[in-house]
Amino acid sequence: MKKLLTVFLLLALLLSAVPAGAEGVVNVYNWEDYIDPAAITLFEQETGIDVNYMCFTTVEDMIVQVEANPGAFDVCFPSDYIIERMINNDMLAEIDFANVPNAVQTIDYLRNPDYDPDEKYSVPYMWGTVGILYNKTMIPDPERSWATLWNTEYQNQVFMLDSIRDSMGITLKSLGFSMNTQEIPAIMQAKQKLIDQKQSGVVKAYQVDETKDKMVAGEAALALMWSGDAMYAIDLNEDLDYFVPVEGSNVWVDGAVIPKTAKNKENAEKFINFLCRPDVAQMNCEYICYSSPNQGAIELMGEDYTGNHVQNPAQELLDKCEFFHDIEPSFLSIYEAMWNEVKNAK
Amino acid sequence: MIKFLKRFYLGIVLVFLYVPILVLIVQSFNAGKSRAKWEGFSLRWYVELFQDERILNALYVTLSIAVLAMIVSTILGTLAAIGIHAMRKRPQALMMTLTNLPNTMPDIVTGISLMLLFIFTKVDRGYLTMLLAHITFDVPYVILSVLPKLKQMNKHCYEAALDLGATPMYALFHVTIPQCKQGIITGAMLAFTLSLDDFTISYFTTSPLVQNLSTLIYSSARKGIDPSLNALSALMFVALLILLLIVNRRTASAD
Amino acid sequence: MRYDMSLPWWAWALMGAGLAAFIAMIAVSIRRNSGVKRSLFAAPYTLWMILFTIVPVILIGYYAFTDASGAFTLDNFRNFWDSNYESNKVILDVMGDAGAAYITRGTVNVDTLVYSLWMAFLCTVICLLLGYPAALFMADRNMKLGSSLVVLFIIPMWMNFLLRTIAWMSLLEDSGLINTFLKWLGFDGVQLMYNSQAVLLGMVYNFLPFMVFPIYTVLSKMDYRLSEAAADLGCNSFKTLYKVTLPLSIPGVVSGITMVFMPSVTTFFIPRVLGGGNTMMFGDLIESKFLTEGNWNVGSALSLIMMLLILISLSILRKADPNNDGGGIA
Repeated sequence: MKKLLTVFLLLALLLSAVPAGAEGVVNVYNWEDYIDPAAITLFEQETGIDVNYMCFTTVEDMIVQVEANPGAFDVCFPSDYIIERMINNDMLAEIDFANVPNAVQTIDYLRNPDYDPDEKYSVPYMWGTVGILYNKTMIPDPERSWATLWNTEYQNQVFMLDSIRDSMGITLKSLGFSMNTQEIPAIMQAKQKLIDQKQSGVVKAYQVDETKDKMVAGEAALALMWSGDAMYAIDLNEDLDYFVPVEGSNVWVDGAVIPKTAKNKENAEKFINFLCRPDVAQMNCEYICYSSPNQGAIELMGEDYTGNHVQNPAQELLDKCEFFHDIEPSFLSIYEAMWNEVKNAK
Repeated sequence: MIKFLKRFYLGIVLVFLYVPILVLIVQSFNAGKSRAKWEGFSLRWYVELFQDERILNALYVTLSIAVLAMIVSTILGTLAAIGIHAMRKRPQALMMTLTNLPNTMPDIVTGISLMLLFIFTKVDRGYLTMLLAHITFDVPYVILSVLPKLKQMNKHCYEAALDLGATPMYALFHVTIPQCKQGIITGAMLAFTLSLDDFTISYFTTSPLVQNLSTLIYSSARKGIDPSLNALSALMFVALLILLLIVNRRTASAD
Repeated sequence: MRYDMSLPWWAWALMGAGLAAFIAMIAVSIRRNSGVKRSLFAAPYTLWMILFTIVPVILIGYYAFTDASGAFTLDNFRNFWDSNYESNKVILDVMGDAGAAYITRGTVNVDTLVYSLWMAFLCTVICLLLGYPAALFMADRNMKLGSSLVVLFIIPMWMNFLLRTIAWMSLLEDSGLINTFLKWLGFDGVQLMYNSQAVLLGMVYNFLPFMVFPIYTVLSKMDYRLSEAAADLGCNSFKTLYKVTLPLSIPGVVSGITMVFMPSVTTFFIPRVLGGGNTMMFGDLIESKFLTEGNWNVGSALSLIMMLLILISLSILRKADPNNDGGGIA
């Protein structure tokens, strides 16, 4: 009987450490490694609101989780075309901008974006480009074109992104089509080009976040990569450099949004407003290394930021780039099927 | 000579099993974050481990779920084993099929089917759903380890106890359960281990809000593993090693 | 961190009703037999299994045979056979007859299944070839190896399998430990990762103990005097192994094969980490159907097909061990 009692005591102890819901929290759902942890601490100190910080690794995962767990998230950070989809699916709450005065800091380039034309649902958090990260000691001066990734001289030297829209998008761009094309012959051509690339033996692996550490370690010479990850890698290994090919590329924005099911909307707005404060935006920008949408932060960082061609790309290059648009699910199935065929090619 | 070759072969297999674990432990003492480059000896990651709230939380979730799932599944499983043992042949065969079913289902299907259940019934996935899932896959293992002990038991013992005036309850606690104690303990240990090591089923039955060590490692694996996790597993490895050696010595001396 | 432990009201009601029914049943049986009917002890477990195993499997079946709107359909299985089934329909919708030129049967799902079965087969064979001698030597009485060796085989299983797989990556990478060592010795580096062989290595590594234990359990319970008798009757040691030990260890081999083959077919994560995502396995496919594409109906159909395949191969294996007395890990 004594033993039984011990077991029950243990049980009671365990359960007592698991109290139920509380007030004064904000549930944040962000990309893995996408905020300076010091910023979270600062927010908690300044406002007394507890931050429950959760992470996702792909936006597709995120949207599935938000749908499957209503009420679990107060602030999310989807990419542009996902914001568009969430608006269309009526998943987002309108942000009360009276509570987010710092939103005026957003740079002109990102005002009234295509995905949220009236700026009602989202505030830009970070933005950047997609391009090629390369190792100068292995390839001193690669051609500034997407063709570099198809150059058979670079056998087994290319890391591709295991991400449907990005990999298909840059292939379409290299063929002279729009990244948002709904032309089936164009998609078929892109698929064939990706299969050719795989069969010619230039691709080493299809992966997402592992790539940056592997590039730092010198695993491969070339990688298709987001500008922020490229910046992170360049910081750790000065043999690396990054460029956006002349054909143009994708410009993307990750924005802060509030799901309609959010339980702590006011705290969510406080959190978003905090992120838009120039000093906090600077902290995060310096930690994540992506491009900042925040005018005040850019001024604070000065020459360090404006002189950096990765974070602050030239305007004529940006003019050739496009945003992703959301593709409706039934049409997206073509992209998915084609990408699966690429992955399956031997 | 042949004996040496046999030992040598076993040695090689053990080296194969332990090399990655050794790598992991060595990496946990690396001063730098890189997996490949040795940047000097340091205890930095052990210090950071105890300051990292995410990891400590995940550890708490993992351990508490393992303990709770072990307790519940041991009680449920032992009762069920006694019940199944007392059944006639037909229902017994049916129950055994039911018990073997989860073992023949791949983890990924178990995980997904439970996820569908929770979504379908609109139960928010989180701590509780993960616990329920763990109990579900633990119970059959408890039954499978208790049942053989019941079969080995002399059934006249129980009848003799009744004849001598014991109530069925008294006979249960003082005859049946002590006799299959070994099986119950094995089952409980097995349940604990399985729950501790599970990734696939937890992955599908929890929300990102509640992470155990496995799901935390999975989500951070993509950005390059946090060496603090290596430090944690090195600590767990040493703790387990010591525990197992003590248990082993005690059972050896008991024999 | 705080966790929400709340349940909907009907869940409480269900649990309460279950508990009440259980107590009532016991009370009735006490009245009737002036004792507790033992078989009733299995009632809570039966209820539990119905709720958390049978119902979920039925749900998978439900999703597999319906479309997104809930209407009955066989399209999900057509989707398995032709992975472009969905997209071909859209192509015809958009382009009309001109789309016919772009329609091909997608072999992704079938190819992936065949590849997974092949990999699982290879993994099982390698585990058997590596594991059988290990189990045999461990059970050898002349070797005087105590149970501590068994413990040494268990410990690696207690370490997180994701971390162990990642540790293999640190070893096998082009800039990893093995290649660094080779280059230090003056050799050229070799590419060990980003291919099927590396995936196979990871699988064998993870599942080998599941082959060793059941065989070891059966062999150590075997009457050693049998092989001594065979030796006395003039068998050399190979003949003893072949004629006596091997046939007697079949139950262990069968349960070892089951325990290795099943998880290998559904492996995921290992192909992504060690194979560099160059090849997919069926587990990855199912995961991406559910979590990336959010297509539960096709995902359920794929799960159902896999379950069926595993049940078929298990029933074939059971033929080899009709009494089902192979040693488990317990």
